[in-house]
Amino acid sequence: MAAKQSHTGPVSDPPRGSHQLRTLQLRDLHAAAGARFVGFAGWEMPLQYTGAIKEHQTTREAAGLFDVSHLGRVTIEGDGATAQLRSVTTFDIAKVRPGRAQYTLYCNSAGGIEDDVLVYRLEPERWLVIHNAANADAGFARLRKIMPNRAQHVTESTAMLAIQGPLALPLLGRVVNKPLSELPRFGCLEVTWAGRSLVVARTGYTGEDGAECILEPSAAEDLWNSLVDAGATPVGIGARDTLRLEAALPLHGSDIDASTNPFEAGLRWAVSLEDGADFTGRTTLRELSERMPERALAHLRTEGRAVLRPGYSIEADKEPVGTFTSGTFSPTLGYGIGMAYLPLMFASSGTILASIVRGKPVPVEVVPRPFYRRPS
Amino acid sequence: MEYPSDRLYAETHEWIRMEADIGTVGISYSAQEQLGDVVFVELPDAGTVVTRGDPFGVIESAKAAVDLNSPVSGEVISLNEDLPGAPELVNESPYDRGWMITVRLASPGELDDLLDAAAYAQLSGEV
Repeated sequence: MAAKQSHTGPVSDPPRGSHQLRTLQLRDLHAAAGARFVGFAGWEMPLQYTGAIKEHQTTREAAGLFDVSHLGRVTIEGDGATAQLRSVTTFDIAKVRPGRAQYTLYCNSAGGIEDDVLVYRLEPERWLVIHNAANADAGFARLRKIMPNRAQHVTESTAMLAIQGPLALPLLGRVVNKPLSELPRFGCLEVTWAGRSLVVARTGYTGEDGAECILEPSAAEDLWNSLVDAGATPVGIGARDTLRLEAALPLHGSDIDASTNPFEAGLRWAVSLEDGADFTGRTTLRELSERMPERALAHLRTEGRAVLRPGYSIEADKEPVGTFTSGTFSPTLGYGIGMAYLPLMFASSGTILASIVRGKPVPVEVVPRPFYRRPS
Repeated sequence: MEYPSDRLYAETHEWIRMEADIGTVGISYSAQEQLGDVVFVELPDAGTVVTRGDPFGVIESAKAAVDLNSPVSGEVISLNEDLPGAPELVNESPYDRGWMITVRLASPGELDDLLDAAAYAQLSGEV
Protein backbone atom coordinates (compact mmCIF):
# COMPACT_ATOMS: atom_id res chain seq x y z
CA MET A 1 0.00 0.00 0.00
CA ALA A 2 1.39 3.38 -0.87
CA ALA A 3 -0.17 6.77 -0.34
CA LYS A 4 -1.47 7.99 -3.66
CA GLN A 5 -3.71 10.90 -2.88
CA SER A 6 -4.06 12.23 0.61
CA HIS A 7 -7.05 14.24 1.57
CA THR A 8 -6.02 17.82 0.95
CA GLY A 9 -9.04 19.33 2.63
CA PRO A 10 -9.46 20.70 6.11
CA VAL A 11 -8.97 17.35 7.81
CA SER A 12 -5.31 16.44 7.84
CA ASP A 13 -2.87 14.62 10.03
CA PRO A 14 -1.59 16.66 12.94
CA PRO A 15 1.68 18.36 12.09
CA ARG A 16 4.76 16.93 13.76
CA GLY A 17 5.20 18.48 17.17
CA SER A 18 1.44 18.86 17.40
CA HIS A 19 1.83 20.34 20.88
CA GLN A 20 1.04 23.71 19.38
CA LEU A 21 -2.53 22.56 18.75
CA ARG A 22 -5.14 23.89 21.14
CA THR A 23 -6.83 21.37 23.39
CA LEU A 24 -10.56 20.94 23.89
CA GLN A 25 -11.71 21.32 27.48
CA LEU A 26 -13.46 17.94 27.20
CA ARG A 27 -10.47 16.17 25.64
CA ASP A 28 -10.24 13.49 28.34
CA LEU A 29 -13.87 12.50 27.79
CA HIS A 30 -13.19 12.07 24.08
CA ALA A 31 -10.05 10.05 24.70
CA ALA A 32 -11.95 7.80 27.11
CA ALA A 33 -14.61 7.30 24.45
CA GLY A 34 -11.93 6.00 22.07
CA ALA A 35 -11.41 9.12 19.97
CA ARG A 36 -8.68 9.25 17.38
CA PHE A 37 -7.50 12.86 17.21
CA VAL A 38 -6.50 15.02 14.28
CA GLY A 39 -5.33 18.59 13.76
CA PHE A 40 -8.02 20.91 12.45
CA ALA A 41 -7.90 24.71 12.26
CA GLY A 42 -5.29 24.82 15.01
CA TRP A 43 -7.17 22.49 17.35
CA GLU A 44 -6.69 18.88 18.33
CA MET A 45 -10.12 17.48 17.42
CA PRO A 46 -11.71 14.03 17.63
CA LEU A 47 -11.58 12.68 14.06
CA GLN A 48 -13.70 9.65 14.89
CA TYR A 49 -14.64 7.40 17.81
CA THR A 50 -15.96 4.09 16.47
CA GLY A 51 -15.89 4.82 12.74
CA ALA A 52 -16.79 7.81 10.60
CA ILE A 53 -19.46 6.08 8.53
CA LYS A 54 -21.26 4.62 11.56
CA GLU A 55 -21.15 8.02 13.22
CA HIS A 56 -22.54 9.62 10.07
CA GLN A 57 -25.39 7.12 9.89
CA THR A 58 -26.23 7.49 13.57
CA THR A 59 -26.59 11.23 13.08
CA ARG A 60 -28.93 10.70 10.12
CA GLU A 61 -31.00 8.08 11.97
CA ALA A 62 -30.84 8.91 15.69
CA ALA A 63 -28.73 11.48 17.55
CA GLY A 64 -25.06 12.38 17.10
CA LEU A 65 -23.15 14.39 19.71
CA PHE A 66 -20.34 16.74 18.63
CA ASP A 67 -17.86 18.82 20.61
CA VAL A 68 -17.59 22.02 18.57
CA SER A 69 -15.87 24.08 21.24
CA HIS A 70 -13.20 25.00 18.69
CA LEU A 71 -15.63 27.51 17.13
CA GLY A 72 -14.80 31.10 18.08
CA ARG A 73 -17.41 32.57 20.42
CA VAL A 74 -17.73 36.28 21.11
CA THR A 75 -20.45 38.13 22.99
CA ILE A 76 -21.25 41.77 22.39
CA GLU A 77 -23.74 43.75 24.39
CA GLY A 78 -24.78 47.25 25.30
CA ASP A 79 -26.64 50.14 23.74
CA GLY A 80 -25.97 50.25 20.02
CA ALA A 81 -24.69 46.66 19.86
CA THR A 82 -27.17 45.75 17.12
CA ALA A 83 -26.35 48.77 14.97
CA GLN A 84 -22.62 48.19 15.45
CA LEU A 85 -22.89 44.50 14.57
CA ARG A 86 -24.92 45.42 11.49
CA SER A 87 -21.97 47.49 10.28
CA VAL A 88 -19.91 44.32 9.69
CA THR A 89 -22.55 41.74 8.72
CA THR A 90 -24.03 41.35 5.25
CA PHE A 91 -27.46 40.34 6.55
CA ASP A 92 -29.74 42.96 8.06
CA ILE A 93 -29.47 41.52 11.54
CA ALA A 94 -31.65 44.32 12.96
CA LYS A 95 -34.52 42.24 11.51
CA VAL A 96 -33.60 39.26 13.67
CA ARG A 97 -35.96 39.02 16.62
CA PRO A 98 -34.59 38.45 20.12
CA GLY A 99 -34.55 34.72 20.73
CA ARG A 100 -33.54 33.95 17.15
CA ALA A 101 -30.31 33.01 15.40
CA GLN A 102 -29.23 34.08 11.93
CA TYR A 103 -26.60 32.95 9.42
CA THR A 104 -24.66 35.87 7.96
CA LEU A 105 -21.30 36.77 6.44
CA TYR A 106 -18.47 39.16 7.08
CA CYS A 107 -17.27 40.54 3.75
CA ASN A 108 -14.26 42.71 2.95
CA SER A 109 -14.48 45.91 0.92
CA ALA A 110 -13.91 43.89 -2.28
CA GLY A 111 -16.96 41.76 -1.47
CA GLY A 112 -14.88 38.68 -0.55
CA ILE A 113 -16.15 36.45 2.26
CA GLU A 114 -13.95 36.86 5.34
CA ASP A 115 -16.03 34.47 7.44
CA ASP A 116 -19.50 32.99 7.70
CA VAL A 117 -20.97 33.29 11.16
CA LEU A 118 -24.03 32.50 13.20
CA VAL A 119 -25.34 35.35 15.34
CA TYR A 120 -27.68 34.66 18.26
CA ARG A 121 -29.79 37.59 19.44
CA LEU A 122 -30.17 36.69 23.09
CA GLU A 123 -31.64 40.08 24.05
CA PRO A 124 -32.38 43.19 21.98
CA GLU A 125 -28.84 44.51 22.56
CA ARG A 126 -27.01 41.30 23.53
CA TRP A 127 -25.56 38.99 20.89
CA LEU A 128 -23.51 35.81 20.79
CA VAL A 129 -21.48 35.41 17.59
CA ILE A 130 -20.08 32.04 16.43
CA HIS A 131 -17.04 32.20 14.12
CA ASN A 132 -15.19 29.48 12.28
CA ALA A 133 -12.27 28.23 14.36
CA ALA A 134 -9.65 29.37 11.86
CA ASN A 135 -11.16 32.87 11.86
CA ALA A 136 -11.81 33.19 15.58
CA ASP A 137 -9.08 35.71 16.33
CA ALA A 138 -9.88 37.83 13.28
CA GLY A 139 -13.56 37.74 14.18
CA PHE A 140 -12.90 38.88 17.72
CA ALA A 141 -10.62 41.66 16.46
CA ARG A 142 -13.34 42.79 14.06
CA LEU A 143 -15.95 42.99 16.82
CA ARG A 144 -13.60 44.57 19.33
CA LYS A 145 -12.90 47.27 16.79
CA ILE A 146 -16.56 48.22 16.51
CA MET A 147 -17.33 47.77 20.23
CA PRO A 148 -13.99 48.20 22.04
CA ASN A 149 -15.16 47.53 25.57
CA ARG A 150 -18.17 45.40 24.92
CA ALA A 151 -16.89 42.53 22.79
CA GLN A 152 -15.84 39.57 24.89
CA HIS A 153 -14.01 36.46 23.67
CA VAL A 154 -15.74 33.53 25.45
CA THR A 155 -14.14 30.65 23.53
CA GLU A 156 -12.03 29.69 26.58
CA SER A 157 -14.66 30.29 29.24
CA THR A 158 -17.38 28.29 27.50
CA ALA A 159 -17.70 25.02 25.60
CA MET A 160 -20.05 24.26 22.73
CA LEU A 161 -21.80 20.97 22.04
CA ALA A 162 -23.99 20.10 19.07
CA ILE A 163 -26.58 17.35 19.17
CA GLN A 164 -27.96 16.52 15.76
CA GLY A 165 -30.36 14.02 14.23
CA PRO A 166 -34.05 13.11 14.23
CA LEU A 167 -33.94 12.11 17.92
CA ALA A 168 -31.66 14.96 19.02
CA LEU A 169 -34.17 17.55 20.15
CA PRO A 170 -36.42 15.25 22.20
CA LEU A 171 -33.33 13.67 23.74
CA LEU A 172 -31.84 17.04 24.74
CA GLY A 173 -35.25 18.19 25.95
CA ARG A 174 -35.51 15.19 28.27
CA VAL A 175 -32.03 15.75 29.65
CA VAL A 176 -32.44 19.48 30.34
CA ASN A 177 -36.09 19.01 31.25
CA LYS A 178 -37.45 21.59 28.78
CA PRO A 179 -39.95 21.00 25.97
CA LEU A 180 -37.59 22.02 23.18
CA SER A 181 -39.94 20.97 20.38
CA GLU A 182 -41.59 24.36 20.91
CA LEU A 183 -38.34 26.08 20.04
CA PRO A 184 -38.61 27.21 16.41
CA ARG A 185 -35.93 26.45 13.81
CA PHE A 186 -33.16 29.00 14.42
CA GLY A 187 -34.70 29.86 17.76
CA CYS A 188 -32.40 30.30 20.75
CA LEU A 189 -33.06 30.53 24.43
CA GLU A 190 -31.27 30.50 27.75
CA VAL A 191 -32.23 27.71 30.08
CA THR A 192 -31.15 26.75 33.56
CA TRP A 193 -30.11 23.14 34.02
CA ALA A 194 -28.92 21.74 37.35
CA GLY A 195 -28.19 25.27 38.52
CA ARG A 196 -26.17 26.11 35.41
CA SER A 197 -27.25 28.34 32.57
CA LEU A 198 -26.86 27.35 28.96
CA VAL A 199 -27.76 28.82 25.61
CA VAL A 200 -29.68 26.35 23.45
CA ALA A 201 -30.19 27.11 19.77
CA ARG A 202 -32.04 25.02 17.21
CA THR A 203 -29.17 25.19 14.73
CA GLY A 204 -26.49 22.91 13.34
CA TYR A 205 -24.18 21.98 10.50
CA THR A 206 -25.39 18.54 9.47
CA GLY A 207 -28.67 19.01 7.59
CA GLU A 208 -30.50 17.43 10.52
CA ASP A 209 -32.79 18.88 13.11
CA GLY A 210 -31.05 19.41 16.41
CA ALA A 211 -29.48 21.94 18.70
CA GLU A 212 -26.25 23.60 19.68
CA CYS A 213 -25.54 24.37 23.33
CA ILE A 214 -23.10 26.90 24.76
CA LEU A 215 -22.27 26.58 28.43
CA GLU A 216 -19.37 26.68 30.85
CA PRO A 217 -16.90 23.80 30.44
CA SER A 218 -17.67 21.95 33.68
CA ALA A 219 -21.38 22.01 32.85
CA ALA A 220 -20.56 20.87 29.33
CA GLU A 221 -18.84 17.82 30.74
CA ASP A 222 -21.97 16.92 32.69
CA LEU A 223 -24.19 17.60 29.71
CA TRP A 224 -21.99 15.46 27.43
CA ASN A 225 -22.17 12.54 29.89
CA SER A 226 -25.91 12.93 30.40
CA LEU A 227 -26.55 13.00 26.67
CA VAL A 228 -24.41 9.91 26.10
CA ASP A 229 -26.23 8.14 28.94
CA ALA A 230 -29.53 9.13 27.31
CA GLY A 231 -28.47 7.52 24.03
CA ALA A 232 -26.56 10.11 21.98
CA THR A 233 -23.53 8.85 20.06
CA PRO A 234 -20.24 10.81 19.99
CA VAL A 235 -19.35 11.92 16.46
CA GLY A 236 -16.00 13.25 15.22
CA ILE A 237 -15.15 15.84 12.62
CA GLY A 238 -14.71 13.15 9.94
CA ALA A 239 -18.45 12.54 9.90
CA ARG A 240 -19.15 16.23 10.50
CA ASP A 241 -17.52 16.95 7.13
CA THR A 242 -19.49 14.28 5.21
CA LEU A 243 -22.73 15.35 6.93
CA ARG A 244 -22.33 19.03 6.06
CA LEU A 245 -21.30 18.13 2.50
CA GLU A 246 -24.42 16.00 1.95
CA ALA A 247 -26.43 18.98 3.19
CA ALA A 248 -24.42 21.20 0.77
CA LEU A 249 -23.36 23.56 3.56
CA PRO A 250 -20.21 25.43 2.51
CA LEU A 251 -17.07 25.33 4.64
CA HIS A 252 -15.17 28.60 4.98
CA GLY A 253 -11.57 28.13 3.92
CA SER A 254 -12.59 25.47 1.40
CA ASP A 255 -15.77 26.40 -0.50
CA ILE A 256 -15.88 30.09 0.38
CA ASP A 257 -13.11 32.47 1.34
CA ALA A 258 -11.87 36.03 0.86
CA SER A 259 -11.48 35.39 -2.88
CA THR A 260 -15.11 34.33 -3.40
CA ASN A 261 -18.18 36.56 -3.22
CA PRO A 262 -21.63 35.69 -1.84
CA PHE A 263 -23.35 35.75 -5.23
CA GLU A 264 -21.17 33.16 -6.92
CA ALA A 265 -21.29 31.09 -3.72
CA GLY A 266 -25.09 30.96 -3.82
CA LEU A 267 -25.36 33.06 -0.65
CA ARG A 268 -27.30 36.02 -2.07
CA TRP A 269 -29.97 35.34 0.58
CA ALA A 270 -27.45 36.19 3.30
CA VAL A 271 -26.87 39.68 1.87
CA SER A 272 -29.35 42.50 2.62
CA LEU A 273 -28.99 45.54 0.40
CA GLU A 274 -32.56 46.84 0.71
CA ASP A 275 -32.42 48.30 4.22
CA GLY A 276 -29.94 50.96 3.12
CA ALA A 277 -27.72 50.38 6.14
CA ASP A 278 -24.03 50.64 5.45
CA PHE A 279 -21.77 47.68 6.15
CA THR A 280 -18.28 46.62 5.11
CA GLY A 281 -18.36 45.56 1.46
CA ARG A 282 -21.77 47.03 0.70
CA THR A 283 -20.69 49.22 -2.23
CA THR A 284 -18.98 46.37 -4.03
CA LEU A 285 -21.71 43.87 -3.19
CA ARG A 286 -24.34 46.22 -4.59
CA GLU A 287 -22.38 46.44 -7.85
CA LEU A 288 -21.89 42.69 -7.96
CA SER A 289 -25.59 42.11 -7.28
CA GLU A 290 -26.51 43.99 -10.44
CA ARG A 291 -24.65 41.74 -12.84
CA MET A 292 -24.50 38.03 -13.49
CA PRO A 293 -21.70 36.30 -11.60
CA GLU A 294 -19.04 34.80 -13.87
CA ARG A 295 -19.07 31.49 -12.06
CA ALA A 296 -21.20 29.63 -9.58
CA LEU A 297 -20.56 27.15 -6.82
CA ALA A 298 -21.96 23.98 -8.39
CA HIS A 299 -22.87 20.69 -6.75
CA LEU A 300 -21.69 17.58 -8.54
CA ARG A 301 -22.17 13.85 -8.09
CA THR A 302 -20.79 10.70 -9.62
CA GLU A 303 -23.07 8.05 -11.05
CA GLY A 304 -21.67 5.14 -9.06
CA ARG A 305 -19.42 4.58 -6.09
CA ALA A 306 -16.42 6.92 -6.18
CA VAL A 307 -14.63 9.36 -3.93
CA LEU A 308 -14.40 12.98 -5.05
CA ARG A 309 -11.68 14.99 -3.33
CA PRO A 310 -10.79 18.66 -2.98
CA GLY A 311 -8.28 19.54 -5.66
CA TYR A 312 -9.59 17.08 -8.26
CA SER A 313 -9.98 18.88 -11.55
CA ILE A 314 -13.15 19.00 -13.65
CA GLU A 315 -13.11 18.96 -17.44
CA ALA A 316 -15.52 19.71 -20.25
CA ASP A 317 -14.39 18.24 -23.57
CA LYS A 318 -10.98 17.58 -21.99
CA GLU A 319 -10.53 21.26 -21.12
CA PRO A 320 -10.23 22.14 -17.42
CA VAL A 321 -13.23 24.17 -16.22
CA GLY A 322 -12.95 23.91 -12.44
CA THR A 323 -11.54 22.25 -9.34
CA PHE A 324 -13.35 20.65 -6.42
CA THR A 325 -13.27 22.80 -3.30
CA SER A 326 -14.80 19.97 -1.23
CA GLY A 327 -15.54 16.38 -2.04
CA THR A 328 -16.15 13.01 -0.49
CA PHE A 329 -18.02 9.75 -0.77
CA SER A 330 -21.57 10.21 0.51
CA PRO A 331 -22.34 7.49 3.04
CA THR A 332 -26.08 8.14 2.84
CA LEU A 333 -26.35 8.27 -0.95
CA GLY A 334 -23.65 5.80 -1.94
CA TYR A 335 -21.93 7.93 -4.57
CA GLY A 336 -19.30 10.66 -4.77
CA ILE A 337 -20.34 14.28 -4.10
CA GLY A 338 -18.47 17.56 -4.26
CA MET A 339 -18.62 21.31 -4.77
CA ALA A 340 -16.73 23.34 -7.35
CA TYR A 341 -16.85 26.78 -8.93
CA LEU A 342 -17.75 26.43 -12.59
CA PRO A 343 -18.29 28.97 -15.37
CA LEU A 344 -22.04 29.67 -15.54
CA MET A 345 -22.40 27.82 -18.85
CA PHE A 346 -21.40 24.57 -17.08
CA ALA A 347 -23.10 25.19 -13.75
CA SER A 348 -26.72 24.31 -14.48
CA SER A 349 -28.28 21.09 -13.26
CA GLY A 350 -28.05 18.19 -15.65
CA THR A 351 -24.71 19.22 -17.15
CA ILE A 352 -22.40 16.23 -17.50
CA LEU A 353 -18.68 16.87 -17.00
CA ALA A 354 -15.67 14.71 -16.18
CA SER A 355 -13.73 14.68 -12.93
CA ILE A 356 -10.18 13.45 -13.13
CA VAL A 357 -10.03 10.74 -10.45
CA ARG A 358 -6.55 9.26 -10.02
CA GLY A 359 -5.67 10.25 -13.56
CA LYS A 360 -8.80 8.87 -15.18
CA PRO A 361 -11.94 10.77 -16.24
CA VAL A 362 -15.08 9.86 -14.28
CA PRO A 363 -18.44 11.34 -15.34
CA VAL A 364 -19.95 13.82 -12.90
CA GLU A 365 -23.33 15.51 -13.12
CA VAL A 366 -24.31 18.95 -11.84
CA VAL A 367 -27.28 18.50 -9.49
CA PRO A 368 -29.47 20.84 -7.42
CA ARG A 369 -28.46 21.50 -3.83
CA PRO A 370 -28.67 19.97 -1.31
CA PHE A 371 -27.45 16.47 -2.10
CA TYR A 372 -29.41 15.18 0.86
CA ARG A 373 -32.53 16.60 2.45
CA ARG A 374 -33.89 15.06 5.62
CA PRO A 375 -37.34 13.49 5.38
CA SER A 376 -39.87 15.99 6.75
CA MET B 1 -5.44 -11.78 16.52
CA GLU B 2 -4.18 -8.74 14.65
CA TYR B 3 -1.54 -10.58 12.59
CA PRO B 4 -2.41 -14.22 11.84
CA SER B 5 0.64 -16.44 11.51
CA ASP B 6 -0.76 -18.52 8.63
CA ARG B 7 0.37 -15.91 6.08
CA LEU B 8 3.18 -13.56 5.11
CA TYR B 9 3.24 -9.78 5.01
CA ALA B 10 4.76 -7.11 2.77
CA GLU B 11 6.32 -3.97 4.19
CA THR B 12 3.66 -2.12 2.24
CA HIS B 13 1.03 -3.81 4.47
CA GLU B 14 -0.46 -6.40 2.15
CA TRP B 15 -0.70 -10.02 3.29
CA ILE B 16 -0.56 -13.25 1.24
CA ARG B 17 -1.81 -16.66 2.32
CA MET B 18 -0.55 -19.59 0.22
CA GLU B 19 -2.40 -22.74 -0.86
CA ALA B 20 -0.22 -24.77 -3.24
CA ASP B 21 0.99 -22.25 -5.85
CA ILE B 22 -1.98 -19.87 -5.39
CA GLY B 23 -1.78 -16.95 -2.97
CA THR B 24 -4.72 -14.96 -1.61
CA VAL B 25 -3.92 -11.26 -1.11
CA GLY B 26 -5.45 -8.65 1.21
CA ILE B 27 -4.36 -5.82 3.50
CA SER B 28 -3.47 -6.01 7.18
CA TYR B 29 -5.54 -5.06 10.18
CA SER B 30 -3.34 -2.08 10.96
CA ALA B 31 -3.48 -0.89 7.34
CA GLN B 32 -7.27 -0.81 7.27
CA GLU B 33 -7.37 0.76 10.71
CA GLN B 34 -5.03 3.51 9.60
CA LEU B 35 -7.12 4.19 6.50
CA GLY B 36 -10.42 4.38 8.35
CA ASP B 37 -13.69 3.41 6.72
CA VAL B 38 -12.95 2.03 3.26
CA VAL B 39 -15.45 3.34 0.71
CA PHE B 40 -13.97 2.31 -2.65
CA VAL B 41 -11.93 -0.62 -3.96
CA GLU B 42 -10.72 -1.12 -7.53
CA LEU B 43 -9.38 -4.58 -8.43
CA PRO B 44 -7.82 -6.01 -11.61
CA ASP B 45 -9.62 -8.46 -13.87
CA ALA B 46 -8.78 -12.15 -13.75
CA GLY B 47 -5.93 -12.86 -16.15
CA THR B 48 -4.09 -9.63 -15.37
CA VAL B 49 -0.39 -10.10 -14.80
CA VAL B 50 0.85 -8.45 -11.62
CA THR B 51 4.44 -7.68 -10.64
CA ARG B 52 5.90 -7.74 -7.17
CA GLY B 53 5.93 -4.26 -5.66
CA ASP B 54 3.75 -2.75 -8.38
CA PRO B 55 0.18 -1.50 -7.94
CA PHE B 56 -2.59 -3.98 -8.76
CA GLY B 57 -5.49 -1.89 -7.51
CA VAL B 58 -6.61 1.08 -5.47
CA ILE B 59 -8.30 1.41 -2.12
CA GLU B 60 -9.88 4.63 -0.85
CA SER B 61 -11.21 5.93 2.43
CA ALA B 62 -12.41 9.43 3.22
CA LYS B 63 -8.85 10.09 4.33
CA ALA B 64 -6.81 8.91 1.35
CA ALA B 65 -6.53 6.93 -1.87
CA VAL B 66 -3.71 4.41 -1.79
CA ASP B 67 -2.28 1.90 -4.24
CA LEU B 68 -2.50 -1.77 -3.43
CA ASN B 69 0.91 -3.25 -4.20
CA SER B 70 1.28 -6.85 -5.14
CA PRO B 71 3.49 -8.79 -2.73
CA VAL B 72 4.32 -11.28 -5.52
CA SER B 73 4.52 -11.59 -9.30
CA GLY B 74 2.08 -13.77 -11.21
CA GLU B 75 -1.33 -13.99 -12.81
CA VAL B 76 -4.58 -12.92 -11.17
CA ILE B 77 -6.79 -16.01 -10.93
CA SER B 78 -9.81 -14.49 -9.21
CA LEU B 79 -10.97 -11.37 -7.43
CA ASN B 80 -13.32 -10.75 -4.54
CA GLU B 81 -16.43 -9.77 -6.51
CA ASP B 82 -18.20 -8.67 -3.30
CA LEU B 83 -15.66 -5.99 -2.52
CA PRO B 84 -16.45 -3.18 -5.00
CA GLY B 85 -20.07 -3.16 -3.79
CA ALA B 86 -19.23 -3.70 -0.12
CA PRO B 87 -15.78 -2.18 0.54
CA GLU B 88 -16.57 -2.08 4.27
CA LEU B 89 -15.62 -5.79 4.29
CA VAL B 90 -11.98 -4.63 4.29
CA ASN B 91 -12.58 -3.02 7.71
CA GLU B 92 -14.89 -5.66 9.08
CA SER B 93 -12.88 -8.68 8.03
CA PRO B 94 -9.45 -7.74 6.66
CA TYR B 95 -8.07 -11.31 6.83
CA ASP B 96 -11.09 -13.21 5.57
CA ARG B 97 -14.08 -11.71 3.76
CA GLY B 98 -12.08 -8.58 2.87
CA TRP B 99 -9.60 -10.53 0.69
CA MET B 100 -8.85 -8.92 -2.66
CA ILE B 101 -7.31 -11.21 -5.29
CA THR B 102 -5.80 -14.64 -5.74
CA VAL B 103 -2.56 -14.89 -7.71
CA ARG B 104 -0.78 -17.88 -9.29
CA LEU B 105 2.82 -17.19 -8.38
CA ALA B 106 5.37 -16.92 -11.19
CA SER B 107 8.35 -17.02 -8.83
CA PRO B 108 7.58 -18.68 -5.47
CA GLY B 109 11.06 -17.62 -4.34
CA GLU B 110 9.70 -14.11 -3.90
CA LEU B 111 7.95 -15.29 -0.76
CA ASP B 112 11.34 -15.42 0.96
CA ASP B 113 11.45 -11.62 0.88
CA LEU B 114 8.20 -11.23 2.83
CA LEU B 115 7.81 -10.88 6.59
CA ASP B 116 6.32 -13.39 8.98
CA ALA B 117 3.68 -12.30 11.47
CA ALA B 118 6.13 -11.49 14.25
CA ALA B 119 8.38 -9.40 12.01
CA TYR B 120 5.40 -7.60 10.53
CA ALA B 121 3.93 -6.90 13.97
CA GLN B 122 7.11 -5.00 14.83
CA LEU B 123 6.98 -3.03 11.61
CA SER B 124 3.30 -2.26 11.78
CA GLY B 125 3.89 0.22 14.56
CA GLU B 126 5.19 2.39 11.74
CA VAL B 127 2.08 2.14 9.50
